[in-house]
Amino acid sequence: MTSSHSRVVRLAVGTLFAAALGVASAADQPVIGLITKTDTNPFFVKMKEGAQAAATAKGAKLLSAAGKADGDNAGQVTAIENMIAGGAKTILITPSDSKAIVPAIKKAQAQGVMFIALDSPADPMEATDALFATDNYKAGVLIGQYAKAAMAGKAVKIATLDLFPGHPVGAQRHNGFMSGFGLKAADAKSNELSKSSEIVCMADSFGDQAKGQTAMENCLQKNPDINVVYTINEPAAAGAYQALKAAGKEKGVVIVSVDGGCAGVKNVKAGVIAATSQQYPLKMASLGVDAGVEYAKTGKKAKGYTDTGVTLITDKPMTGVESKDTKVGTDLCWGNK
Amino acid sequence: MATRSPLPPLATLGPLIALVLAVAFFATQSDRFLSVQNFSLILQQVMVVGTIAIGQTLIILTAGIDLSCGMVMALGGIVMTKLATTAGMNPYAAVACGMLVCMGFGLVNGLLVTRIRLPSFIVTLGTMNIAFAVTQLYSGAQTITDLPPEMVFFGSTFTIGGAAINYGTLLMIALYAFTWWALRDTQPGRHIYAVGNNPEATRLTGIATDKVLLMVYVTAGLFYGIASLLSVARTGVGDPNAGQTENLDAITAVVLGGTSLFGGRGIVLGSLLGALIVGVFRNGLTLMGVPSVYQVLITGVLVILAVTTDQLSRRGAR
Repeated sequence: MTSSHSRVVRLAVGTLFAAALGVASAADQPVIGLITKTDTNPFFVKMKEGAQAAATAKGAKLLSAAGKADGDNAGQVTAIENMIAGGAKTILITPSDSKAIVPAIKKAQAQGVMFIALDSPADPMEATDALFATDNYKAGVLIGQYAKAAMAGKAVKIATLDLFPGHPVGAQRHNGFMSGFGLKAADAKSNELSKSSEIVCMADSFGDQAKGQTAMENCLQKNPDINVVYTINEPAAAGAYQALKAAGKEKGVVIVSVDGGCAGVKNVKAGVIAATSQQYPLKMASLGVDAGVEYAKTGKKAKGYTDTGVTLITDKPMTGVESKDTKVGTDLCWGNK
Repeated sequence: MATRSPLPPLATLGPLIALVLAVAFFATQSDRFLSVQNFSLILQQVMVVGTIAIGQTLIILTAGIDLSCGMVMALGGIVMTKLATTAGMNPYAAVACGMLVCMGFGLVNGLLVTRIRLPSFIVTLGTMNIAFAVTQLYSGAQTITDLPPEMVFFGSTFTIGGAAINYGTLLMIALYAFTWWALRDTQPGRHIYAVGNNPEATRLTGIATDKVLLMVYVTAGLFYGIASLLSVARTGVGDPNAGQTENLDAITAVVLGGTSLFGGRGIVLGSLLGALIVGVFRNGLTLMGVPSVYQVLITGVLVILAVTTDQLSRRGAR
């Protein structure tokens, strides 16, 4: 070997060694994946921002992905595979299809990846190592209690603007609302929407403002005397209000909702929504990142269900129902203030 | 040339009969169904899809299809509302800008179909995703509220004999009447049918088929722009998530109305019937208290029936 040749070889070996060291130090940085249902719903946009902020603060690397639409299971499965290839040891996921995602989760768990469900559980709930979510049933109970107090013993005709059939979050909020109102309803484990004679109309809004408006219009046509409206989320509530306003009925109807996004809290302040249950996607995300960092550093997995909290936000408090006003709601809201 | 039959073609007579039967059925199921007020409501509920369907009809008549219609409409809505609120633009100018953006997408679709000779299905699949992404980025995924009153004019109503009639639905009906006349009695209209029936033969007779196609796509874009104004006026907001189901809903309305997906056959009024059928079922089933999932089931069955009728009548005509 000539001396210049051996110099090249030494240089090459040195570079390789340095690169290996570089890879090794990068490998110390915990890699956490976040897979949301979509990346357009402001709820998930905020969740991603919260996760990124927490990751930067804790020195972790965040990989993020989403399905193309609510219900896109295949997109989430692909994201899981890509993230494992990208070195993620913890994956935070809001499952689009709580049952269909389970095989992909099990396959990844066999490779040592920890899964934490955020916001909605997998089915069965134990398929993920942990769940950090709003108690959606409790969110419904709070607004049901509020609506009952607000109606003060008057005869009620209730309309429910639900999500769509078979969705656990939709069922939990609906049944929770009924339970809080004092009506007989299924418990938090059920995926079925309970009925009752006080509920004169049940329609699907798909969580969409325009569809919520159409659903409310048709419900009003069926029963013009509706005086309580439960809505699955704040866009549906805004649509319901449009329909009531067009019919000249917006003053006498109590609209309640769930979410606590900044736009929704603005609507509470404006008197469009009487009360809303606020939930905390940022908290879900940062707890998830914390758990991922803990797992990477100590190997200790997060376990079980952690309630990330729900607060009733209203400017017209009712005795017997704990709530906070819209000033607090705006401070804590998610979305663009 | 064959004399024009006084009756609408079988493919459109079918939906008309279906609509009449549906109305008759729901009238027996609920005493709140058969009223001017309720029909005015149904018209308002279908006016956005109905207007998009006019543009979609023109494209399907040329044997093309537009998968981007709903997303383009949503983008138009976001453009006009964001310009009028955040940028403080004059509302009429903002509306015009929104419509121009929609027509711009129509132009892109048309150019890709005519110059690069790409199938419209593939082109509009691409522009659908682009329009969606641009909408989300430009709006920051936030709904736009506090719109100037001029912008929501078409959502308001006037009263005649105790019933509230909505301006937007009158506009939609006027657009249908105009398009129906233009397709029957003007040269560009007849050229659209000719291109859809047999593009090669049409080209050989000296008609500039590419110009016809380009005009069709840009005009469709204009209709999507008008639909975006109606959507904004009806909901009172600029919603970046609007239009996602309108893509397929508009195609469903056109197919239910008897226009052939193979081009060259169908009348635009059929698309209004198609949109009304879906709206009537949705309204009627809610009045009956039937879960909305059955509406989806019935829509699917009707679509199959409509396309089968078209196929069978084509075979009969040969």
